[in-house]
Amino acid sequence: MDFDRLVVTDLSRRYGRRSALRRVSLTIEAGQLVGLLGPNGAGKSTLLGVLATLANPSTGSVTYGQVASRSADVELRRCIGLLSHELQIYAELTARENLEFFARLYGLDDPVGRSQRALERANLDARADDVVEGFSRGMRQRLALERTLLHEPRLVLLDEPFTGLDESSSLALRERLRDLRDDGRLVLVATHDLDVADGLLDRAVLMKDGRLTEFDLGGGTLRERYRATLASETR
Amino acid sequence: MTRFFQVAWLVMRKDLRVESRSWEMVSTTLFFAASTVLVFAFAFVRAGRAVDGAAPGILWIALAFSGTLALGRAFERERHQDALRGLLMAPVERSAIYCGKLMGIVLLMGAAELLVVLAVALTFQAPLLRHPFYLTALLATGTVGFAAVGTLFAAMLLRTQSRGVLLPIILYPVTFPVLIAGVGGTVALVQADPNLELVRFWVALLCFFDAVFLVLSLWTFEPVMTE
Repeated sequence: MDFDRLVVTDLSRRYGRRSALRRVSLTIEAGQLVGLLGPNGAGKSTLLGVLATLANPSTGSVTYGQVASRSADVELRRCIGLLSHELQIYAELTARENLEFFARLYGLDDPVGRSQRALERANLDARADDVVEGFSRGMRQRLALERTLLHEPRLVLLDEPFTGLDESSSLALRERLRDLRDDGRLVLVATHDLDVADGLLDRAVLMKDGRLTEFDLGGGTLRERYRATLASETR
Repeated sequence: MTRFFQVAWLVMRKDLRVESRSWEMVSTTLFFAASTVLVFAFAFVRAGRAVDGAAPGILWIALAFSGTLALGRAFERERHQDALRGLLMAPVERSAIYCGKLMGIVLLMGAAELLVVLAVALTFQAPLLRHPFYLTALLATGTVGFAAVGTLFAAMLLRTQSRGVLLPIILYPVTFPVLIAGVGGTVALVQADPNLELVRFWVALLCFFDAVFLVLSLWTFEPVMTE
Protein backbone atom coordinates (compact mmCIF):
# COMPACT_ATOMS: atom_id res chain seq x y z
CA MET A 1 0.00 0.00 0.00
CA ASP A 2 1.00 3.63 -0.37
CA PHE A 3 -0.62 6.97 0.42
CA ASP A 4 -0.02 10.64 -0.16
CA ARG A 5 -2.22 12.15 2.52
CA LEU A 6 -2.67 11.73 6.24
CA VAL A 7 -5.94 12.95 7.71
CA VAL A 8 -6.56 13.16 11.43
CA THR A 9 -10.16 13.97 12.36
CA ASP A 10 -11.43 14.89 15.82
CA LEU A 11 -8.90 12.62 17.45
CA SER A 12 -9.04 12.24 21.22
CA ARG A 13 -7.00 10.00 23.43
CA ARG A 14 -7.69 9.47 27.11
CA TYR A 15 -5.66 7.66 29.75
CA GLY A 16 -8.19 6.96 32.45
CA ARG A 17 -9.67 10.34 33.34
CA ARG A 18 -6.82 12.32 31.81
CA SER A 19 -7.20 13.55 28.25
CA ALA A 20 -3.88 13.54 26.41
CA LEU A 21 -5.40 14.58 23.07
CA ARG A 22 -8.58 16.61 22.65
CA ARG A 23 -10.36 16.62 19.30
CA VAL A 24 -7.19 16.99 17.26
CA SER A 25 -7.57 17.50 13.51
CA LEU A 26 -4.66 17.64 11.09
CA THR A 27 -3.93 17.00 7.46
CA ILE A 28 -0.47 16.37 6.03
CA GLU A 29 0.15 16.04 2.32
CA ALA A 30 3.00 14.23 0.62
CA GLY A 31 6.03 16.48 0.24
CA GLN A 32 5.24 18.48 3.38
CA LEU A 33 7.56 18.95 6.31
CA VAL A 34 5.39 19.84 9.26
CA GLY A 35 6.61 20.96 12.68
CA LEU A 36 4.81 19.85 15.81
CA LEU A 37 5.55 22.42 18.48
CA GLY A 38 4.44 22.75 22.07
CA PRO A 39 5.55 22.64 25.69
CA ASN A 40 6.42 19.46 27.58
CA GLY A 41 3.45 17.25 28.34
CA ALA A 42 1.31 18.89 25.68
CA GLY A 43 0.52 15.55 23.99
CA LYS A 44 3.02 15.60 21.10
CA SER A 45 4.46 12.14 21.78
CA THR A 46 0.98 10.72 22.31
CA LEU A 47 -0.07 12.06 18.93
CA LEU A 48 2.99 10.53 17.28
CA GLY A 49 2.24 7.22 19.01
CA VAL A 50 -1.32 7.21 17.66
CA LEU A 51 -0.16 8.15 14.15
CA ALA A 52 2.39 5.33 14.35
CA THR A 53 -0.50 2.91 15.16
CA LEU A 54 1.09 2.07 18.52
CA ALA A 55 -1.88 3.53 20.38
CA ASN A 56 -5.54 3.48 19.46
CA PRO A 57 -7.54 6.70 19.47
CA SER A 58 -10.28 6.88 22.10
CA THR A 59 -12.48 8.73 19.61
CA GLY A 60 -11.94 10.20 16.16
CA SER A 61 -10.04 8.73 13.27
CA VAL A 62 -6.73 8.66 11.45
CA THR A 63 -6.78 7.92 7.73
CA TYR A 64 -3.69 7.08 5.71
CA GLY A 65 -4.77 7.66 2.13
CA GLN A 66 -7.84 5.40 2.06
CA VAL A 67 -6.85 3.21 5.01
CA ALA A 68 -8.22 3.90 8.49
CA SER A 69 -5.98 3.38 11.50
CA ARG A 70 -8.56 1.15 13.16
CA SER A 71 -7.71 -1.44 10.51
CA ALA A 72 -4.01 -0.94 11.11
CA ASP A 73 -2.18 -3.87 9.65
CA VAL A 74 1.24 -5.09 8.73
CA GLU A 75 1.25 -3.30 5.36
CA LEU A 76 0.41 0.05 6.96
CA ARG A 77 3.28 -0.26 9.43
CA ARG A 78 5.60 -0.87 6.48
CA CYS A 79 4.87 2.72 5.40
CA ILE A 80 5.55 4.36 8.76
CA GLY A 81 8.86 5.24 10.38
CA LEU A 82 8.92 6.47 14.00
CA LEU A 83 11.84 7.93 15.86
CA SER A 84 10.74 8.50 19.43
CA HIS A 85 12.56 10.27 22.21
CA GLU A 86 13.67 6.87 23.49
CA LEU A 87 15.76 5.64 20.61
CA GLN A 88 14.47 2.07 20.19
CA ILE A 89 17.87 0.52 19.60
CA TYR A 90 19.69 -2.21 21.49
CA ALA A 91 22.62 -0.86 23.48
CA GLU A 92 24.17 -4.34 23.77
CA LEU A 93 24.37 -4.80 19.99
CA THR A 94 26.77 -3.09 17.61
CA ALA A 95 25.54 -0.37 15.28
CA ARG A 96 25.73 -2.77 12.34
CA GLU A 97 23.91 -5.56 14.22
CA ASN A 98 21.13 -3.15 15.16
CA LEU A 99 20.58 -2.05 11.58
CA GLU A 100 20.85 -5.54 10.12
CA PHE A 101 18.44 -6.90 12.73
CA PHE A 102 15.81 -4.29 11.90
CA ALA A 103 16.42 -4.63 8.15
CA ARG A 104 15.76 -8.36 8.39
CA LEU A 105 12.79 -7.81 10.68
CA TYR A 106 11.31 -5.46 8.08
CA GLY A 107 11.96 -8.08 5.40
CA LEU A 108 14.11 -5.69 3.37
CA ASP A 109 16.24 -6.92 0.51
CA ASP A 110 20.03 -6.78 0.89
CA PRO A 111 20.05 -6.07 4.65
CA VAL A 112 23.85 -6.06 4.77
CA GLY A 113 24.25 -3.52 1.95
CA ARG A 114 21.42 -1.34 3.24
CA SER A 115 22.89 -1.30 6.72
CA GLN A 116 26.32 -0.38 5.38
CA ARG A 117 24.89 2.53 3.40
CA ALA A 118 22.91 3.66 6.45
CA LEU A 119 26.06 3.55 8.57
CA GLU A 120 27.86 5.70 6.04
CA ARG A 121 25.00 8.21 6.00
CA ALA A 122 25.09 8.35 9.79
CA ASN A 123 28.85 8.85 9.60
CA LEU A 124 29.25 5.82 11.83
CA ASP A 125 31.03 3.43 9.48
CA ALA A 126 34.25 3.71 11.50
CA ARG A 127 32.36 2.63 14.65
CA ALA A 128 30.03 0.17 12.93
CA ASP A 129 31.24 -2.85 14.87
CA ASP A 130 31.31 -1.19 18.29
CA VAL A 131 28.49 -1.87 20.73
CA VAL A 132 26.08 1.04 20.97
CA GLU A 133 26.48 1.18 24.76
CA GLY A 134 29.72 3.13 24.27
CA PHE A 135 28.19 5.68 21.86
CA SER A 136 27.46 9.28 22.77
CA ARG A 137 23.84 10.48 22.68
CA GLY A 138 24.44 12.17 19.34
CA MET A 139 25.87 9.01 17.77
CA ARG A 140 22.94 6.98 19.07
CA GLN A 141 20.57 9.60 17.71
CA ARG A 142 22.13 9.36 14.23
CA LEU A 143 21.96 5.58 14.35
CA ALA A 144 18.33 5.62 15.51
CA LEU A 145 17.41 8.01 12.71
CA GLU A 146 18.90 5.65 10.13
CA ARG A 147 17.07 2.76 11.77
CA THR A 148 13.84 4.74 11.39
CA LEU A 149 14.46 5.47 7.71
CA LEU A 150 15.92 2.07 6.80
CA HIS A 151 12.73 0.89 5.09
CA GLU A 152 12.14 4.23 3.33
CA PRO A 153 8.78 4.92 5.00
CA ARG A 154 6.18 7.17 3.38
CA LEU A 155 5.20 8.72 6.71
CA VAL A 156 8.15 9.86 8.82
CA LEU A 157 7.40 10.71 12.47
CA LEU A 158 10.30 12.20 14.40
CA ASP A 159 10.18 13.08 18.10
CA GLU A 160 12.98 15.47 19.04
CA PRO A 161 15.34 14.33 16.26
CA PHE A 162 17.91 17.06 16.97
CA THR A 163 18.52 15.97 20.59
CA GLY A 164 22.21 15.48 21.32
CA LEU A 165 23.37 16.35 17.82
CA ASP A 166 26.34 18.65 17.32
CA GLU A 167 26.16 21.50 14.81
CA SER A 168 27.38 19.58 11.78
CA SER A 169 25.09 16.63 12.55
CA SER A 170 22.15 19.01 12.98
CA LEU A 171 22.90 20.60 9.61
CA ALA A 172 23.17 17.15 8.05
CA LEU A 173 19.82 16.18 9.57
CA ARG A 174 18.23 19.35 8.19
CA GLU A 175 19.46 18.38 4.74
CA ARG A 176 18.18 14.86 5.23
CA LEU A 177 14.74 16.13 6.20
CA ARG A 178 14.64 18.40 3.14
CA ASP A 179 15.56 15.43 0.96
CA LEU A 180 12.75 13.39 2.49
CA ARG A 181 10.28 16.16 1.80
CA ASP A 182 11.53 16.62 -1.76
CA ASP A 183 11.19 12.87 -2.21
CA GLY A 184 7.45 13.19 -1.53
CA ARG A 185 7.37 11.84 2.00
CA LEU A 186 5.06 13.10 4.73
CA VAL A 187 7.29 14.34 7.53
CA LEU A 188 6.07 15.36 10.99
CA VAL A 189 8.76 16.61 13.37
CA ALA A 190 8.11 17.29 17.05
CA THR A 191 10.85 19.55 18.32
CA HIS A 192 11.90 22.08 20.93
CA ASP A 193 15.02 22.98 18.96
CA LEU A 194 13.38 26.00 17.42
CA ASP A 195 16.61 27.64 16.26
CA VAL A 196 17.61 24.54 14.31
CA ALA A 197 14.13 24.07 12.89
CA ASP A 198 13.84 27.73 11.85
CA GLY A 199 13.51 28.01 8.07
CA LEU A 200 13.19 24.26 7.67
CA LEU A 201 9.46 23.73 8.13
CA ASP A 202 6.80 24.17 5.47
CA ARG A 203 4.20 24.68 8.15
CA ALA A 204 3.80 24.07 11.84
CA VAL A 205 1.12 23.20 14.33
CA LEU A 206 1.11 24.01 18.02
CA MET A 207 -0.05 21.54 20.62
CA LYS A 208 -0.99 22.71 24.09
CA ASP A 209 -2.97 20.79 26.70
CA GLY A 210 -3.86 18.19 24.10
CA ARG A 211 -5.32 20.72 21.66
CA LEU A 212 -3.83 21.41 18.25
CA THR A 213 -3.87 24.75 16.45
CA GLU A 214 -2.23 25.97 13.26
CA PHE A 215 0.96 27.92 13.94
CA ASP A 216 1.78 30.98 11.88
CA LEU A 217 5.35 30.78 10.61
CA GLY A 218 5.45 34.27 9.14
CA GLY A 219 7.27 37.23 10.75
CA GLY A 220 10.23 37.01 13.13
CA THR A 221 12.22 33.96 14.08
CA LEU A 222 10.51 30.70 14.94
CA ARG A 223 11.48 31.12 18.60
CA GLU A 224 10.02 34.65 18.75
CA ARG A 225 6.79 33.50 17.11
CA TYR A 226 6.57 30.55 19.46
CA ARG A 227 7.06 32.67 22.57
CA ALA A 228 4.56 35.25 21.35
CA THR A 229 1.97 32.60 20.55
CA LEU A 230 2.33 30.86 23.90
CA ALA A 231 2.18 34.22 25.71
CA SER A 232 -0.98 35.24 23.86
CA GLU A 233 -2.59 31.88 24.66
CA THR A 234 -1.73 32.25 28.35
CA ARG A 235 -3.34 35.67 28.55
CA MET B 1 3.85 -18.91 7.85
CA THR B 2 7.50 -19.08 6.84
CA ARG B 3 7.81 -15.36 7.55
CA PHE B 4 6.24 -15.87 10.98
CA PHE B 5 8.92 -18.36 12.00
CA GLN B 6 11.62 -16.28 10.32
CA VAL B 7 10.66 -13.31 12.53
CA ALA B 8 10.46 -15.49 15.65
CA TRP B 9 13.90 -16.88 14.84
CA LEU B 10 15.31 -13.35 14.30
CA VAL B 11 13.99 -12.15 17.66
CA MET B 12 15.29 -15.22 19.48
CA ARG B 13 18.69 -14.98 17.79
CA LYS B 14 18.90 -11.30 18.73
CA ASP B 15 18.11 -12.17 22.37
CA LEU B 16 20.73 -14.92 22.41
CA ARG B 17 23.31 -12.59 20.88
CA VAL B 18 22.60 -9.92 23.49
CA GLU B 19 22.74 -12.56 26.24
CA SER B 20 26.06 -13.87 24.95
CA ARG B 21 27.52 -10.38 25.54
CA SER B 22 26.48 -10.13 29.20
CA TRP B 23 25.51 -13.63 30.43
CA GLU B 24 23.29 -11.65 32.77
CA MET B 25 20.16 -13.80 32.62
CA VAL B 26 21.96 -17.14 32.29
CA SER B 27 24.23 -16.55 35.26
CA THR B 28 21.52 -15.21 37.59
CA THR B 29 19.02 -17.91 36.61
CA LEU B 30 21.49 -20.80 36.97
CA PHE B 31 22.91 -19.42 40.21
CA PHE B 32 19.44 -18.97 41.66
CA ALA B 33 18.35 -22.47 40.58
CA ALA B 34 21.45 -24.07 42.10
CA SER B 35 21.05 -22.05 45.31
CA THR B 36 17.43 -23.15 45.70
CA VAL B 37 18.35 -26.82 45.40
CA LEU B 38 21.21 -26.33 47.84
CA VAL B 39 18.98 -24.68 50.45
CA PHE B 40 16.44 -27.50 50.19
CA ALA B 41 19.25 -30.04 50.43
CA PHE B 42 20.23 -28.62 53.82
CA ALA B 43 16.64 -28.94 55.03
CA PHE B 44 15.65 -32.30 53.55
CA VAL B 45 18.82 -34.36 53.51
CA ARG B 46 19.71 -35.81 56.93
CA ALA B 47 22.72 -38.07 57.51
CA GLY B 48 23.12 -38.50 53.76
CA ARG B 49 19.49 -39.61 53.24
CA ALA B 50 16.87 -37.48 51.59
CA VAL B 51 13.28 -37.27 52.84
CA ASP B 52 11.11 -39.55 50.72
CA GLY B 53 9.15 -37.86 47.95
CA ALA B 54 10.73 -34.43 48.35
CA ALA B 55 12.67 -34.41 45.06
CA PRO B 56 9.78 -33.80 42.59
CA GLY B 57 8.47 -30.81 44.54
CA ILE B 58 11.93 -29.32 44.94
CA LEU B 59 12.68 -29.82 41.25
CA TRP B 60 9.60 -27.92 40.14
CA ILE B 61 9.90 -25.21 42.79
CA ALA B 62 13.48 -24.56 41.68
CA LEU B 63 12.32 -24.40 38.05
CA ALA B 64 9.36 -22.14 38.80
CA PHE B 65 11.43 -19.71 40.87
CA SER B 66 14.36 -19.53 38.48
CA GLY B 67 11.93 -19.31 35.54
CA THR B 68 10.20 -16.35 37.19
CA LEU B 69 13.54 -14.67 37.63
CA ALA B 70 14.33 -15.18 33.94
CA LEU B 71 10.88 -13.97 32.88
CA GLY B 72 11.31 -10.84 34.99
CA ARG B 73 14.36 -9.98 32.93
CA ALA B 74 13.03 -11.19 29.58
CA PHE B 75 11.76 -7.83 28.38
CA GLU B 76 14.28 -5.63 30.18
CA ARG B 77 16.22 -5.13 26.94
CA GLU B 78 13.04 -4.08 25.21
CA ARG B 79 12.24 -1.66 28.05
CA HIS B 80 15.65 -0.05 27.83
CA GLN B 81 15.54 2.68 25.12
CA ASP B 82 11.93 1.54 24.49
CA ALA B 83 13.17 -0.99 21.96
CA LEU B 84 9.83 -2.80 22.23
CA ARG B 85 8.22 0.01 20.25
CA GLY B 86 10.84 -0.56 17.57
CA LEU B 87 9.80 -4.19 17.41
CA LEU B 88 6.09 -3.38 17.43
CA MET B 89 6.52 -0.89 14.58
CA ALA B 90 7.92 -3.62 12.33
CA PRO B 91 5.59 -4.85 9.59
CA VAL B 92 5.33 -8.33 11.06
CA GLU B 93 2.75 -10.35 12.92
CA ARG B 94 3.23 -9.23 16.52
CA SER B 95 2.56 -12.76 17.71
CA ALA B 96 5.79 -13.76 15.92
CA ILE B 97 7.66 -11.37 18.22
CA TYR B 98 6.00 -13.08 21.18
CA CYS B 99 7.05 -16.47 19.82
CA GLY B 100 10.66 -15.34 19.45
CA LYS B 101 10.76 -14.10 23.04
CA LEU B 102 9.11 -17.31 24.23
CA MET B 103 11.65 -19.48 22.40
CA GLY B 104 14.50 -17.59 24.06
CA ILE B 105 12.96 -18.08 27.53
CA VAL B 106 12.33 -21.79 26.90
CA LEU B 107 15.97 -22.24 25.88
CA LEU B 108 17.16 -20.45 29.00
CA MET B 109 14.87 -22.47 31.26
CA GLY B 110 16.06 -25.61 29.47
CA ALA B 111 19.64 -24.78 30.45
CA ALA B 112 18.52 -24.24 34.06
CA GLU B 113 16.66 -27.56 33.98
CA LEU B 114 19.80 -29.46 32.97
CA LEU B 115 21.55 -28.11 36.03
CA VAL B 116 18.60 -28.51 38.41
CA VAL B 117 17.83 -32.10 37.33
CA LEU B 118 21.42 -33.16 37.87
CA ALA B 119 21.63 -31.31 41.19
CA VAL B 120 18.34 -32.78 42.51
CA ALA B 121 19.21 -36.28 41.27
CA LEU B 122 22.57 -36.15 43.06
CA THR B 123 21.65 -34.43 46.32
CA PHE B 124 18.31 -36.22 46.84
CA GLN B 125 19.35 -39.57 45.33
CA ALA B 126 16.24 -39.34 43.17
CA PRO B 127 16.03 -41.71 40.17
CA LEU B 128 15.10 -38.85 37.86
CA LEU B 129 17.19 -40.17 34.97
CA ARG B 130 15.72 -43.69 35.08
CA HIS B 131 13.27 -42.77 32.28
CA PRO B 132 14.95 -39.84 30.50
CA PHE B 133 12.36 -39.71 27.72
CA TYR B 134 9.44 -39.27 30.10
CA LEU B 135 11.34 -36.81 32.26
CA THR B 136 12.20 -34.76 29.15
CA ALA B 137 8.56 -34.86 28.05
CA LEU B 138 7.38 -33.64 31.46
CA LEU B 139 9.97 -30.87 31.65
CA ALA B 140 9.51 -29.74 28.05
CA THR B 141 5.72 -29.53 28.22
CA GLY B 142 5.81 -27.98 31.69
CA THR B 143 8.36 -25.39 30.61
CA VAL B 144 6.42 -24.38 27.50
CA GLY B 145 3.21 -23.93 29.50
CA PHE B 146 4.91 -21.94 32.25
CA ALA B 147 6.91 -19.79 29.83
CA ALA B 148 3.96 -19.20 27.47
CA VAL B 149 1.94 -17.50 30.19
CA GLY B 150 5.00 -15.90 31.78
CA THR B 151 6.20 -14.32 28.54
CA LEU B 152 2.79 -12.76 27.92
CA PHE B 153 2.55 -11.42 31.48
CA ALA B 154 6.13 -10.11 31.39
CA ALA B 155 5.27 -8.18 28.21
CA MET B 156 2.02 -6.88 29.72
CA LEU B 157 3.83 -5.62 32.82
CA LEU B 158 6.64 -4.00 30.90
CA ARG B 159 5.43 -0.45 31.45
CA THR B 160 4.32 -0.87 35.06
CA GLN B 161 6.51 0.34 37.91
CA SER B 162 6.05 -2.66 40.22
CA ARG B 163 6.40 -5.38 37.57
CA GLY B 164 8.90 -7.31 39.73
CA VAL B 165 6.26 -7.74 42.43
CA LEU B 166 3.28 -8.21 40.14
CA LEU B 167 4.74 -10.88 37.87
CA PRO B 168 4.82 -13.74 40.42
CA ILE B 169 1.50 -12.61 41.90
CA ILE B 170 -0.35 -13.03 38.61
CA LEU B 171 1.86 -15.77 37.16
CA TYR B 172 1.67 -18.45 39.86
CA PRO B 173 -2.13 -18.69 40.19
CA VAL B 174 -2.47 -19.13 36.42
CA THR B 175 0.40 -21.60 36.03
CA PHE B 176 -0.55 -23.55 39.15
CA PRO B 177 -2.13 -26.37 37.06
CA VAL B 178 1.13 -26.69 35.09
CA LEU B 179 3.21 -26.98 38.26
CA ILE B 180 0.76 -29.47 39.81
CA ALA B 181 0.83 -31.60 36.65
CA GLY B 182 4.62 -31.40 36.51
CA VAL B 183 4.98 -32.48 40.14
CA GLY B 184 2.32 -35.19 39.71
CA GLY B 185 4.07 -36.62 36.67
CA THR B 186 7.49 -36.53 38.33
CA VAL B 187 6.17 -38.23 41.48
CA ALA B 188 4.76 -41.04 39.33
CA LEU B 189 8.11 -41.29 37.56
CA VAL B 190 10.45 -41.47 40.56
CA GLN B 191 8.45 -43.77 42.83
CA ALA B 192 9.91 -47.22 43.48
CA ASP B 193 7.63 -48.76 40.87
CA PRO B 194 7.18 -46.04 38.22
CA ASN B 195 3.61 -45.64 37.00
CA LEU B 196 4.28 -44.79 33.36
CA GLU B 197 0.61 -44.76 32.47
CA LEU B 198 0.06 -42.01 35.03
CA VAL B 199 3.12 -40.16 33.67
CA ARG B 200 1.61 -40.28 30.18
CA PHE B 201 -1.64 -38.89 31.57
CA TRP B 202 0.17 -35.92 33.18
CA VAL B 203 2.16 -35.30 29.98
CA ALA B 204 -1.07 -35.32 27.97
CA LEU B 205 -2.61 -32.87 30.45
CA LEU B 206 0.44 -30.63 30.17
CA CYS B 207 0.15 -30.74 26.36
CA PHE B 208 -3.46 -29.60 26.75
CA PHE B 209 -2.42 -26.72 29.04
CA ASP B 210 0.32 -25.77 26.57
CA ALA B 211 -2.13 -25.66 23.69
CA VAL B 212 -4.61 -23.53 25.66
CA PHE B 213 -1.97 -21.13 27.00
CA LEU B 214 -0.21 -20.78 23.65
CA VAL B 215 -3.41 -20.08 21.73
CA LEU B 216 -4.60 -17.55 24.31
CA SER B 217 -1.20 -15.84 24.45
CA LEU B 218 -0.82 -15.64 20.66
CA TRP B 219 -4.34 -14.29 20.43
CA THR B 220 -3.97 -11.65 23.14
CA PHE B 221 -0.40 -10.43 22.52
CA GLU B 222 -1.36 -8.01 19.72
CA PRO B 223 -4.19 -6.20 21.60
CA VAL B 224 -2.21 -6.24 24.85
CA MET B 225 0.72 -4.52 23.15
CA THR B 226 -1.42 -1.81 21.54
CA GLU B 227 -1.82 1.06 23.98
